[in-house]
Amino acid sequence: MPKMKIDGKEIEVPAGITVLQACELAGVEIPRFCYHERLSIAGNCRMCLVEQEKAPKPIASCAMPVMEGMMIKTDTEVVRKARHGVMEFLLINHPLDCPICDQGGECDLQDQAMGYGRGGSRFDENKRAVPDKDLGPLVKTSMNRCIQCTRCIRFATEVAGVEELGATGRGEQMEITTYVRKTLSSELSGNIVDLCPVGALTSKPYEFNARPWELRKTESIDTMDALGSNIRIDTRGSEVMRVLPRINEDINEEWISDKTRHAIDGLKRQRLDRPYVRRDGKLRPASWDEAFSAIRERVAAVRGERIAAVVGDQCDAEAMVALKDLLNGLGSSRVECRQDGAALDASVRGAYLFNAGVAGIDTADVILLVGSNPRIEAPVLNARIRRRYLTGRARIAVIGADEGDLTYPVARLGTGAAALAELAAGQGTFAGVLKGAKNPMIVVGQGALRRPDGAAVLAKARALAEACGAVRADWNGFCVLHTVAGRVGGLDLGLTTTGGIDGILADASSGKLDVVYLLAADEIDTSRLGKAFVIYQGHHGDAGAHRADVVLPGAAYTEKPGTYVNTEGRVQLANRATHPPGEAKEDWTILRALSGVLGKALPFDDLDQVRERLVRANPVFAAVDVQSPGAWGAFGVDGALTDKPFASPVGNFYMTCPVSRASATMAACTAARQAVPSMAAE
Amino acid sequence: MLRDEDRIFRNLYGFDDWGLDGARRRGSWDGTAALLAKGRDWIIDEMKKSGLRGRGGAGFPTGLKWSFMPKEVGERPHYLVVNADESEPGTCKDRDILRHEPHTLIEGCLIAGFAMNAHAAYIYVRGEFHDEAVALRNAIRQAYDAGLLGENACGSGWKMDVYVHRGAGAYICGEETALLESLEGKKGMPRLKPPFPAGAGLYGCPTTVNNVESIAVAPTILRRGAAWFAGIGRPNNVGTKVFCISGHVNKPCNVEEEMGIPLRELIEKHAGGVRGGWDNLLAVIPGGASVPLLPKSICDTILMDFDSLRAVTSGLGTAAVIVMDKSTDVVKAIARLSQFYKHESCGQCTPCREGTGWMWRVMERLVRGDADPSEIDALDNVSRQIEGHTICALGDAAAWPVQGLIRHFRPELERRIAERRGRPMAAE
Repeated sequence: MPKMKIDGKEIEVPAGITVLQACELAGVEIPRFCYHERLSIAGNCRMCLVEQEKAPKPIASCAMPVMEGMMIKTDTEVVRKARHGVMEFLLINHPLDCPICDQGGECDLQDQAMGYGRGGSRFDENKRAVPDKDLGPLVKTSMNRCIQCTRCIRFATEVAGVEELGATGRGEQMEITTYVRKTLSSELSGNIVDLCPVGALTSKPYEFNARPWELRKTESIDTMDALGSNIRIDTRGSEVMRVLPRINEDINEEWISDKTRHAIDGLKRQRLDRPYVRRDGKLRPASWDEAFSAIRERVAAVRGERIAAVVGDQCDAEAMVALKDLLNGLGSSRVECRQDGAALDASVRGAYLFNAGVAGIDTADVILLVGSNPRIEAPVLNARIRRRYLTGRARIAVIGADEGDLTYPVARLGTGAAALAELAAGQGTFAGVLKGAKNPMIVVGQGALRRPDGAAVLAKARALAEACGAVRADWNGFCVLHTVAGRVGGLDLGLTTTGGIDGILADASSGKLDVVYLLAADEIDTSRLGKAFVIYQGHHGDAGAHRADVVLPGAAYTEKPGTYVNTEGRVQLANRATHPPGEAKEDWTILRALSGVLGKALPFDDLDQVRERLVRANPVFAAVDVQSPGAWGAFGVDGALTDKPFASPVGNFYMTCPVSRASATMAACTAARQAVPSMAAE
Repeated sequence: MLRDEDRIFRNLYGFDDWGLDGARRRGSWDGTAALLAKGRDWIIDEMKKSGLRGRGGAGFPTGLKWSFMPKEVGERPHYLVVNADESEPGTCKDRDILRHEPHTLIEGCLIAGFAMNAHAAYIYVRGEFHDEAVALRNAIRQAYDAGLLGENACGSGWKMDVYVHRGAGAYICGEETALLESLEGKKGMPRLKPPFPAGAGLYGCPTTVNNVESIAVAPTILRRGAAWFAGIGRPNNVGTKVFCISGHVNKPCNVEEEMGIPLRELIEKHAGGVRGGWDNLLAVIPGGASVPLLPKSICDTILMDFDSLRAVTSGLGTAAVIVMDKSTDVVKAIARLSQFYKHESCGQCTPCREGTGWMWRVMERLVRGDADPSEIDALDNVSRQIEGHTICALGDAAAWPVQGLIRHFRPELERRIAERRGRPMAAE
């Protein structure tokens, strides 16, 4: 712990940090543009210059490591002059078009110009003009405003792992650009908008939409993938204007994926804003009473075992427990949350969690991806794996179909279950690598489990984890990577059925089921629902609503307070940022009202009571924001394995749920991404 | 004045054979193995005692620089990198060494490499020096063929390889860390220091970057003894130095002279004097484009060494003496240098990227007098906002010529402004 003096104040700081960080510890704020805690140090903006005693020149505090006995001064004439000088240089070629700049009000350059700018300009020459670049449908550029801090380049190269941004030209002519003028092929590209300290990179879908001071900010949880990224939802009136990341070191640090950020325009399209009842083969608008009566008429006469329910991928735990209780009340226990038919076992919590935790990636030294493509299933988690790779302390291998670059090199051990079985039997060189690892991590994706032999694959994965020492008292490297936000919550509530989704669909088509309740379930094959009476409760007019006999309008994830459990089993609370449209209601309240109509009133009347019910159903719901490995036990079923390669369930990253499928921005991203290969061929 | 027998570069003008036979006649490769046998501590100590200061411009003691390398080779190999990216306007000394005296450099590489535990030396040759790179490559081949380099260099038991790398023509790649970036195949942009190259240089390995001349004089210093070298010149500014005299002199030339020679003597003895006589002298840039110019009044008496020139707020730099007689438009001359620095700025850090262009534009207007008198002070102030605030020394190098002009020729700047203002606008 070196001791140093900052502005005369003695302070002891951890070894290895920079002078800038030491100054922050001492409570002295240092202005900066290029420095960012999560990126490599560039030291090019020169805004953070401070004076070091006995040094001939001011030093760049962001790049200078602390040393014993250092004397730093941050408030001297030399320092002030340096900062004023740098600020002047940054502004001489900056267009100063703050009134028409989307960054206005949250711009580092604007803020720091208040402290270090001159009152007027003494630059009488013409300003530099830089052509704008086309970075695709998400990032708008206004390159005249660029101050060449290179944060975006460093993010793309280091975090996103796509070396597509760079600087061409030198001196005044230096420009940030993509080397071959194409859309950024990263699922994390939106983050460069947050990183840009000026208005050079702004959000294209949000272009000229709002000013930061008009927005109401709600802290919430993302449901576009199973990571549970922490987000801030900015709304104006009833409209969600944008989604920004919130810092959570254990989950998303400060990144979010492009889908999390930009699928929100889908919240305004294809919405179910009133109930519908099918009459004469057509869905016709109805009142809540009419819809509920239609359900009562049909359901009252049906015996419990002829009723089943399927919960969707983005459901909150409150709605799920209400549905479960409602069906139990009707005499059915057939509620299924595994829409994709994944062979997940709800009886052992360790069998379906990312047990090591997302942060566990930082200490894993061998990572084996089994039937998982984290780049499209959880891009932010993938960036963490990449960072681990960059430290040089992790080897990464894949069993599964080659679905393209994961942003880090991997050893490909095979495409299907046979390779997994070999490893579990201790065959092949990589088995030795796994065995020799201190913290081996086996990431099992849904691509390995949502297949007829899924249970056998799960058993093999467990055998491998146990054989290579991945499951110990101090480390559980058996990690299931989910693709959807509601899945772990559903498993925690035990929403699995014998026969799974396939059983329900088979029974429905063969007439063994009379009523199927779809709670925002759109990913099933609705053509197999046969003649069953289908109740669809959800927020978008997607596949489920089209087949429904009664449609009950629910709330999307931004419109209700909800509990979500992410892939690592962390319970997180989302908040309501805006109200559901039209007559739509929060989902658990719909179920509560319907239960009354059906004469099986649920025993809760407010959110707190629902959450108490959740905790009674499973105590894990009491521990909010806590992650711990699940209990371990026997799971999976030994059986025959097939040769079919493991393939990720996520075909198109940009469209995986009703919200993103309704989003024009995501459609534009899909089109842009599909255009890339033809560009390359030109 | 330097005696002929004290000259290190005896074929600076290329009258003799550049090859191995010629080099051997001139004393190169004589007893190299015996020098190495005295051990690396002796070599570094001798270099320190010789008082040799780096010949690339900054004047950092060479022996001290060598001693910064780790004593023992750890996990990472050590490298010697020779900076032959001679691009400083007015400087052409390394070029003559490369094409006429390549073996002094190659022998120096072996000795310096041995002294710092490096088995590989990279010579980064300026991209425009095509013929020089060819000559150097030929000389290296001769050395390999004669067993002077390779597995058992000179029979010393030391493995030494020397590689030539040609740059692509960027001035900034003469900055040592930008040179390393370029050598690694990246864009030539200076690195932040620390870490210094001796800790983490080429490919992150301990590296020493030396100028061609610093390395090329090392074998002779070791052969003739540190005391001999230290006995030439003035205290702290010892030894011989190749001066490059260009501009308005009768016979522009490169010449090896002792440090501390009076500027006037240097010009009159070796370059045939200023065109039109000494009294026709206007100013001299004494050390390559990046140091402030000196008006005639200072040139009359100034001695050419690091400390004397520093005392008059200029510098020895690369010892490229650019002579300007009274026919020179001195403002235009400096404006041209400002354009050069604007063009060569790498664009990485703010003050240099933005400031060099600004200075150049103001300078261009000052050439015409199209400015406000207050802009002279503003220009000086801008140059000081650049100086000392950048990652590398290019910012300083861009600022100094302008500062020198304002310091010594402010009346000329003011005269031009007044003259333009006096002219009726219609005349434009």
